[in-house]
Amino acid sequence: MSEPRPASPGFRFRPWNLGRWLVWGTYALVLLGAPLAFTSSLAQTLISQAGIAIIVCLSYNLLLGEGGMLSFGHAVYSGLGGFVAIHVLNLASAGALHWPVSLIPLAGGLAGLFFATLLGFVTTRRAGTTFAMITLGIGELVWSMSLMLPEFFGGEGGVTGDRVVGKAVLGVTFGPQVQVSLLIGAWCWACTAAMFAFTRTPLGRLLNAVRDNPERVAFIGFSPQRVRWIAFMVAGFFAGVAGGLAALNFEIVTAEVVGAPRSGAFLLFTFLGGTSAFFGPIIGGVLMVLGTVVLSQLTKAWPLYLGLAFLVMVMAAPGGIASLVLANLRLAAHGRLRAFGRLYAALAASGAAALAGASAMIEMVYHLELNQALGPMMRFGGLALDASHAPAWVGAAALLAAGGILFEVARRRFRVRWDEAQVDIGRVLARREAA
Amino acid sequence: MDQAAIDLLNGLSAGLLLFMLGAGLTLIFSMMGVLNFAHAGFYMLGAYVGWSIACVAGFGPALVLAPLAVGVAGALFERTCLRRVHRHGHVAELLVTFGLSTLILELVQLVWGRAAVPFDPPHWLAGPAFTLVRAAEGGLSVVAGAAPATLCAHAACSPFPATRTFVMAVALAMLLALWLLLTRTRIGLVIQAALTHPRMVEALGHDVPRVFMLVFGAGCALAGLAGVIGGMTFVTEPAMAAAVGSILFVVVVVGGMGSLVGAFVASLLVGLLQTVPLTVDRSLADALGALGWPGAGEGMLGPLLRLTLAQVAPILPYLLLVLVLIVRPRGLFGTRDE
Repeated sequence: MSEPRPASPGFRFRPWNLGRWLVWGTYALVLLGAPLAFTSSLAQTLISQAGIAIIVCLSYNLLLGEGGMLSFGHAVYSGLGGFVAIHVLNLASAGALHWPVSLIPLAGGLAGLFFATLLGFVTTRRAGTTFAMITLGIGELVWSMSLMLPEFFGGEGGVTGDRVVGKAVLGVTFGPQVQVSLLIGAWCWACTAAMFAFTRTPLGRLLNAVRDNPERVAFIGFSPQRVRWIAFMVAGFFAGVAGGLAALNFEIVTAEVVGAPRSGAFLLFTFLGGTSAFFGPIIGGVLMVLGTVVLSQLTKAWPLYLGLAFLVMVMAAPGGIASLVLANLRLAAHGRLRAFGRLYAALAASGAAALAGASAMIEMVYHLELNQALGPMMRFGGLALDASHAPAWVGAAALLAAGGILFEVARRRFRVRWDEAQVDIGRVLARREAA
Repeated sequence: MDQAAIDLLNGLSAGLLLFMLGAGLTLIFSMMGVLNFAHAGFYMLGAYVGWSIACVAGFGPALVLAPLAVGVAGALFERTCLRRVHRHGHVAELLVTFGLSTLILELVQLVWGRAAVPFDPPHWLAGPAFTLVRAAEGGLSVVAGAAPATLCAHAACSPFPATRTFVMAVALAMLLALWLLLTRTRIGLVIQAALTHPRMVEALGHDVPRVFMLVFGAGCALAGLAGVIGGMTFVTEPAMAAAVGSILFVVVVVGGMGSLVGAFVASLLVGLLQTVPLTVDRSLADALGALGWPGAGEGMLGPLLRLTLAQVAPILPYLLLVLVLIVRPRGLFGTRDE
């Protein structure tokens, strides 16, 4: 893990770390300002779901990025947190339990903590690949249990609740969506801050050490298993908070929230956002909502696009989007970014052409597969394409081929220049260190 | 009693089918340290490709060509994708295969549709292989093929399907072939040596990355073969990869990562555990009631205790996984501790 980076060297004033105040203040402003500024129902949906997704991706990254634990069952903790939260909410509605609605996510978090403690004892005994498979097995176990115990999981229909409980407190009932969005924003900010703080504690550093060299950690007297277990509990707690917020937001929890596809989505988007930097999963959470809510509205082929994006990302930039951002910031800090402007433009133009060709073909295949009844004509980005005749296919294939070849040429040139710049920067840094 | 014997055979055939998948997965894992997350995807691919070939050329060619096609696809994937991320470590390799598994699922749905395809066994595998006939007076006899209806009219008949017999035969033949290949041929010796001493093998002039590609392709081909016979015996549908995938990982962890013998024992165990309890329609509450505690089905834990063994059968493999991890974290036959 890299050292904490000052936001910018010029903003460090003692005794206050102004850069940090600015960053966290802006983050709070965005989280709480967005629900107030954008009031359309689509915007509210996106904002509240993004807040939840950010928490869950950050909690997932405590495992993957900070602890090197690749989990295929993280939805278990967010999902069970959601179920406990909705049961607590229903108890509160019935008057059997005095629990304020704004603290329902806490109930979810405690449930996540409980189940992570229980199941984490088994999963964190091993690391690496075995850990990944065990989490998958536990995930399947819980998923199968959810179908067997309708008393707790509500069977096919799920468990519903009503988030308006009792009288309004200071005019807040949590009936309108904007109030829930603000609540989610507040929880999201607090959870992000708490998780950031956790990564800076000695325990958080120890977790990084367990990721990088567990044997050495064992030699200096710590148990890697125990460190992984504690980190697993912390991640489970925050996942449960996210589940509780989702329960409040949707007022229904169905069994699919503990399922493997959900766990896979957490992995996919956390990775796309970037696991090597703390802010990566925040990007990932926003992408998750854009991907599953917006992209799935636009096209039926969205799982294919996501899978391809994931595959390309793993091969080309295993650090995710965050690592690309950091690498370009590094270039900019050394005044080398401007030289890449034209190369980036070339990459973007040729890439866009290849992508347009490929996605036209993908969309035509999906159209033929799913919408046969509507006839062969389809709309693609303002064009009318006839999927049953050759010209559309030839055109798309030509576009893909031309774009692909140009992209490859640009990519090779980019690669050479990029490597040169990295070597130069490395030299400058070495010289600076020697001085 | 007769039905119990049939159930046992059913469980064994399910276990042997699992072993065909587990063998390839274990071979790839112990060689390259890569857990092929897309292995169940290749299994599904094998089933669909096999069905397509069987529609055109019949089941026999499908049995040979589909595994070959899947093997080539696997080798290509290793060459173009997996090898590139090798330097980023095992997590990146696992993630690449995870990405591939989602892509395979999506492509299969795209090419063959979202519903199940009618992959029926060929005529020489239709019907039962043999029938256990228990006559009214208690004598037991075995009839090859289907028992005549006149016989079954006044005797209890338990048929065993030919497809399942075929699964067992192919799996055992594959086991034998694999063992011979690994121990008796030159390439087998190179593979074995590359498992433990890759650098030495490279120094002796063998192209280890190519051996890796071959092993990956061969593992995928085995998965494809399992797919053809599994798809014919069970249902060929897009959900078949997910259904087998997680069970497959249970097999590999329970048997011990990288142990072929462990994979064999664990597959049989899991196969039996998946099928035999399905026939027991009794719950823990019933058992407690028989032991003199009639009120066990009520109270807080009531819903949990009232579940019958048949209902909890799907989770038994996972419970086995948890149990093994607590008692013996390296797996039944595992040798290395991480």
